[in-house]
Amino acid sequence: MADTPKLVLPDIPGLRNIETYIAHGGYRDAIGKAYSMAPTAVTDEVKKSGLRGRGGAAFPTGLKWSFMPKTNEKKKYLLINGDESEPGSFKDRQIFEFNPHQLIEGILIASYAMQIDHAYIYIRGEYGYWVKMVEKAVADAYAKGFIGPRMKENFRPSGDGVEFSVDITVHKGAGAYIVGEEMAMMSSLEGGRGLPRIKPPFPAQSGLWGMPTTINNIETMASVPPIMKMGGEAYSKIGDPKHPGTLLFGVSGHVNRPGVYELPTGTLLTDVINVHAGGVPNGKKIKMVIPGGSSMPPLRGEQLEGVKMDAENLKAAGSSIGTAGVMVMDEDTDIIHVLTRIAKFYWHESCGQCTPCREGTGWLLKLLQRFDAGEAMASDIDLLHDVAFNIEGRTICALGEAAAWPVRFTVERFREEFEKRVKPGLTVESPNRVHSLRKGGLDIVQVHVPVVERV
Amino acid sequence: MPIFSEQEVQEFAELQKRYGAPAATVLPVLWRIQEKMGWIDDSAMEEAAAICQVPKSHIQGVVSFYTMFFDKPMGRFHVQVCTNVSCMLHGSEKLYNDVKGKLGIPNHGRTEDGMFSLEEVECMGACGGAPMMAVNERFYEKISTDEAFTIIDQVGASGNLPTPKFFSQLPELSEATNR
Ligand SMILES: Cc1cc2nc3c(=O)[nH]c(=O)nc-3n(C[C@H](O)[C@H](O)[C@H](O)COP(=O)(O)O)c2cc1C
Ligand code: SF4
Ligand code: FES
Repeated sequence: MADTPKLVLPDIPGLRNIETYIAHGGYRDAIGKAYSMAPTAVTDEVKKSGLRGRGGAAFPTGLKWSFMPKTNEKKKYLLINGDESEPGSFKDRQIFEFNPHQLIEGILIASYAMQIDHAYIYIRGEYGYWVKMVEKAVADAYAKGFIGPRMKENFRPSGDGVEFSVDITVHKGAGAYIVGEEMAMMSSLEGGRGLPRIKPPFPAQSGLWGMPTTINNIETMASVPPIMKMGGEAYSKIGDPKHPGTLLFGVSGHVNRPGVYELPTGTLLTDVINVHAGGVPNGKKIKMVIPGGSSMPPLRGEQLEGVKMDAENLKAAGSSIGTAGVMVMDEDTDIIHVLTRIAKFYWHESCGQCTPCREGTGWLLKLLQRFDAGEAMASDIDLLHDVAFNIEGRTICALGEAAAWPVRFTVERFREEFEKRVKPGLTVESPNRVHSLRKGGLDIVQVHVPVVERV
Repeated sequence: MPIFSEQEVQEFAELQKRYGAPAATVLPVLWRIQEKMGWIDDSAMEEAAAICQVPKSHIQGVVSFYTMFFDKPMGRFHVQVCTNVSCMLHGSEKLYNDVKGKLGIPNHGRTEDGMFSLEEVECMGACGGAPMMAVNERFYEKISTDEAFTIIDQVGASGNLPTPKFFSQLPELSEATNR
């Protein structure tokens, strides 16, 4: 365990203080290297590293940066996503608390690469305590002249480097999961309700105030300084080749040592749970694991052997890396009750713009509450699957999938759990069925609708 | 009586220069109002609208959209218990009901003396410290019902928030780092 690299959260006492950070080469090694290169070369270096976004979609970071216009006619913005509201995710908070200056240095490097005018760190309102920590870190860095106009005196370009300065502002959210979605975050920062918008236009063309904007996750930014220091090539050799680097795994639920563990991508899921997080209490078996935050497809306990924790391998195993929030549930867990709670969350957080999401999340919840109460009929299992399936791909933003995936995959993978909750003998013929029966050549007067009252 | 002094309004004008349009200070202005007043009433919304140069209806929309903005008076100490999955797996439904019983108020309710209000919240990003209770901005993690009651009693008696006993979710980092 000891030899796994700690790039984002190194074990250095007091690293959150700017002096300690500087003493360990902060605001010098990584940024110095960046400023000896042309801005586009920095982007190329990040491309070479293979870094992929840590916010959920694992999009290649260097590629995203290269979508920004190279000219400086318009103002350009960088928006750093610290909304972290996905149930099971609590990793970005550790960066705010333990290594805020590496986050800032990463922002300075990314801003240089894209020639950004102003960067915003958007942090969820519930993290008020941590907002203050980051605000202090930003203020300290301003005072040293590491951010703002005085950057030009402090960081002299060399080689192909150019003179550059950027401003950073911390922005506090006010409680809304949907604001984590990138388009919604822009609406929110602009001072409105956090409503997602249809893409295109993509943020790199028309983002904040209609200007080119790039949105990246907190952990993505904090991963940039190590890449600059060691070089993209060396970084690309850590972990899985298709999704290199280290990930902050937030392990919660039924484990002996819940917490955040920085491990290389491609680490075995069973190692994350058993070796690092100390295994399941009382030696119980695992019934279900959600490997990437509550919106990702759950895996069965028997499915975990050999599953590696990176974007491609996890996809092959039937789930998704998401935010690497690993939720572990032991053999005694009531899966239906858990799923009902998940459905309630997405129903609560739907912004209501799209009918399939607004109505669908409500239906998922209603149906699941029937199962939870043992009041469901056999046909409700397929109905549940059907409702979930019909949300996917029919909405403005990915909250639709986030709500549908856990339900659909739980039905597919844990069908017996639903069957156990079916109330024997309960059937309801809906009037709609009769409507379709008419086409079967029945005389309407002959159609009899059997209705069983619910208790 | 306006909430903000001329100097504070001037500070907001400075802050607005850091954004592409004045409306971007809607959230910062509303936060400052809530810090000062405890909640956001009708006249405060008017003042915010004037500062941010947006219609009042826009402010109303924003206040109703975000769960952390209060449109009615809440307690000096806002008690929040997360009942989302990771916390639920560690008994947070019971914790929430216990705390609710102790305070004797419903969800989003306020005690008569104005000291406490209660909210059942979604994931707070403390899943590794489940179950959790937050009071204002302070997170109390890995707590039992008894510990939650002690915190509430201490707050009630002293009007101050005790320091959380468990404050890190990085078991591998050294003690010193966790301070
Ligand atoms: C409903 C929803 C919620 C999201 N919440 C977050 C979040 O809390 N934090 C985050 O970084 N990304 C979140 N995302 C992903 C962002 O939209 C975006 O892809 C990400 O911030 C890009 O950063 P990256 O490329 O560095 O990963 C969310 C997406 C959706 C659809
Ligand atoms: S999918 Fe849901 S959350 Fe996303 S825009 Fe549509 S209604 Fe809103
Ligand atoms: S589930 Fe309770 S803090 Fe995340």
